[in-house]
Amino acid sequence: MNRARLILLLVLAYLAVFFQAAFDWPQRWLGGPISLLPPLMVCAALRLGLTEVTVLALCGGLWLDALSANPLGTSLLPLFLAGWGVWRWREALLRELDYAQLILGACASLAVPVLTLVLVLSKGAEPSLGWHTAWHLVVLTVGGAVCTPLLFRLLERLERLFVHPEIVAGSFRPDREIKRGRY
Amino acid sequence: MFKRPQWVAFSAVTLAVLVLWNLPDRLAARVKIALGALFLPLFGLVGSAQHLAAEASRAVVPRAELERQLEALRRENLRLQLELTRAGAAFEENQRLRQLLAWRPAGPWQTRICSVLARDPEAWWQAIHIDAGARAGLRPGLPVVVPEGLIGRVDRVAPTTAEVVLLGDPRCRVAVVVRETGETGVLTTRSSGMGDPRLVDLTHLPRHLAVQPGQTVFTSGLGGVFPPGLPVGTVVDTRSVGYGLYSEARVRLYADPSRLREVIVLLP
Repeated sequence: MNRARLILLLVLAYLAVFFQAAFDWPQRWLGGPISLLPPLMVCAALRLGLTEVTVLALCGGLWLDALSANPLGTSLLPLFLAGWGVWRWREALLRELDYAQLILGACASLAVPVLTLVLVLSKGAEPSLGWHTAWHLVVLTVGGAVCTPLLFRLLERLERLFVHPEIVAGSFRPDREIKRGRY
Repeated sequence: MFKRPQWVAFSAVTLAVLVLWNLPDRLAARVKIALGALFLPLFGLVGSAQHLAAEASRAVVPRAELERQLEALRRENLRLQLELTRAGAAFEENQRLRQLLAWRPAGPWQTRICSVLARDPEAWWQAIHIDAGARAGLRPGLPVVVPEGLIGRVDRVAPTTAEVVLLGDPRCRVAVVVRETGETGVLTTRSSGMGDPRLVDLTHLPRHLAVQPGQTVFTSGLGGVFPPGLPVGTVVDTRSVGYGLYSEARVRLYADPSRLREVIVLLP
């Protein structure tokens, strides 16, 4: 596990939750919020390992629940399931294509709030639901789909800036060196 | 199908969810407050940036425009001072009459102006976070208003921040009265329509309804959470529900919950 990658991912998750809470212009312009955690989870699942996916689900879910009225811990499982699903079948996905990222981002951005809502209802909470919820889900899905390829590129660029590439061991072995000289 | 690391990850997340779900309410609230405090530096940073931007925009306003605004504010101040004097006299008269009738005197509410730090990130909750908490004397249940009217009530209080549940959220039910007819009802959740976020449902109205569109809705003071007489909104339309057994109305709130920058908490 590369620690720098994990720290970078957690910083992005922290900022994603902050932006979702602090800036309400998507809500005013589009009529619904945009969540960046599911697209970030898709990026993490396609590029990194299961440990990073798990840590992102735990931290991102806890931060989101801390600022929301969801029962504490509700967002963890949906985020993890979305990340695990993508991670499990990532070898079968054309993950470098924008189109694939777009579709995966849309699926995750729809699945995470729906699963969270199911868990919230199962806990006996009374969220505000109606036809406006359907529109919120549409905005979340489309917004998440558009954000996924952008986040993918951002993550790539940030990794190039902050994460050292791993040292690849060369094929040179000193014990196999042919020493030439006088016998 | 699953290999060992996947089982470990699944177990860790499931265990965390189960533990968090079974925490006692007070402990869960404390954990939420502690985790939410991690975002305070960023909220402070955004507040400072907005303050600087406002200062910068003020610096480029022409002097003539500032003088015009100052003159308008002076006139408004004079008008408000006159109204305040009249209101003070009316309040004293009210207190005197209450004493004569041996009614409990209605204490004046103190106000605390607070800035909005954040909104609830989930779409299905109508709540905001404000920049004052227990240290400023806030406690759960206090009414929150804006100049247009009632907007919600304080729910969860941290030392320096508080969560305000807005009208339209199922956790904020308000006993109201229609001023023109005197009929009482309960303001419940956001109306299920797709359009205006300011539309909320007014339920528990009597079967033979005298309420008409355009009539005004105020807090009734029943329940003791909200003081009576706070403006809430106007009736948009009415409908019969439950096979004509009772009636409901839709109310358009005076205050727009989606455009809040500052709110006023009423302290007893």
